[in-house]
Amino acid sequence: MSGYLPVFIFAVLIVGFAVGSLAVAWLLRPHRPDAVKQMNYECGAEPVGPAWVQFPVGFYLVALVFIVFDALAVFLIPWTLVLRAGGMPAFWVMAAFIGIIGLGWLYAYREGVLEWK
Amino acid sequence: MPSFARHALEAAVVLGALVGLVAYVTLLERKFAARLQSRIGPYYVGWPHGWLQPIADGLKLMLKEDVVPARADRGVYNLAPIVFLVPCLLIFATIPFAPGLGVADLAIGVLFFLAVSSLEIVGLFMGGWGSNNKYALLSVMRAVNQIISYDLPFIFVALVPVLLAGSLQMSAIVGAQAGLWFVAYPVLGQLAFLAFVVATLAAENRVPFDILEAESELVAGFRVEYSGMKLALIQLGEYAHMLGTSFLGALLFLGGWLGPGPAWLGPVWFLAKALAIFLLVTWVRWSFVRIRVDQILAISWKLMLPASVLLLLATALWVAAGGAGAA
Repeated sequence: MSGYLPVFIFAVLIVGFAVGSLAVAWLLRPHRPDAVKQMNYECGAEPVGPAWVQFPVGFYLVALVFIVFDALAVFLIPWTLVLRAGGMPAFWVMAAFIGIIGLGWLYAYREGVLEWK
Repeated sequence: MPSFARHALEAAVVLGALVGLVAYVTLLERKFAARLQSRIGPYYVGWPHGWLQPIADGLKLMLKEDVVPARADRGVYNLAPIVFLVPCLLIFATIPFAPGLGVADLAIGVLFFLAVSSLEIVGLFMGGWGSNNKYALLSVMRAVNQIISYDLPFIFVALVPVLLAGSLQMSAIVGAQAGLWFVAYPVLGQLAFLAFVVATLAAENRVPFDILEAESELVAGFRVEYSGMKLALIQLGEYAHMLGTSFLGALLFLGGWLGPGPAWLGPVWFLAKALAIFLLVTWVRWSFVRIRVDQILAISWKLMLPASVLLLLATALWVAAGGAGAA
């Protein structure tokens, strides 16, 4: 795991940079809030109600298809590394697996899941 | 711990160089866009041709009042720029700019890049949700939709060079291109590079895929309520992400630091190639019109996804048959 120490240090530095620059700005900037300034942007009119309303997301089924293919990506990544050693048998195993998932994709296509409604 | 200090120093140098580079990439984009529209672009701040403009922009945003909407969810709203910026800059952690020159050349470099790169959506969503603004919420809903649609083609296409090189380590991928850059690989390379550029446009929310910004309908999307330094961090993150993806493209397809001339020219070549991809994407951005949500989804799920999987399979067949040579 020692290879990840520089990555961790880098991440800490990035957080430090973000927090530090916000802190410097907080020290330097003016602070004169008033009611109109703090209104949500809505072309100058007071917005009606909060934005947190029930809302048809529209991509729920697409998200399920996404999870299937994301799982495929999880299997593909180690497979790309061992394919040379595995040769043609390794290729055919993954091709069959992708074929099965492809049938699922075809079903989703035919059922209209991939259409934006 | 001397090694700890050395890592910290290296990371600090990379971070400083990156922030400066990203700042000047914004100037590059503005000048390039201006030229495409027969304008001059920034000119007066730092004579000639506005070369101090990014610094002036940064200082201005730092001194601007930070207006927080009274109805915003303050915790989520204030945290979002930081959560957004961290993955956008962290993707550079595994990119070597020359052999041995970089933060860490991890054995799983490409995987790390892909994983961290898609985390940006968390900060984006926090910003849109925390603002309590309907434009921002619509914008981030579209963003989530687009990210889950284009992440997959992006991952599959990025695996094509990984297959050809037989390694996830960035330096090994560049090393495998010593004879022939992967973009020059017959048929497979060109198709994969084309798909990579399209997926990059979508993953970076650039025109023609910028429905989450969509100035004419959503004002500025998820950042509509942000001002001052928080806006600056969001913009910095966005450009850093774009630049990081350009570096990844240059590394996966254009041979990274390989090029004629002495070895010390390597980082210069790498930067030139990454900026070429960045300018290509910018060129598309300033030339095309925005397409609709349903069209974006159709392109992803009905064309890009099957095409990228088939491309990966074709590459795999080639590699498994021994066409790419032994590892």
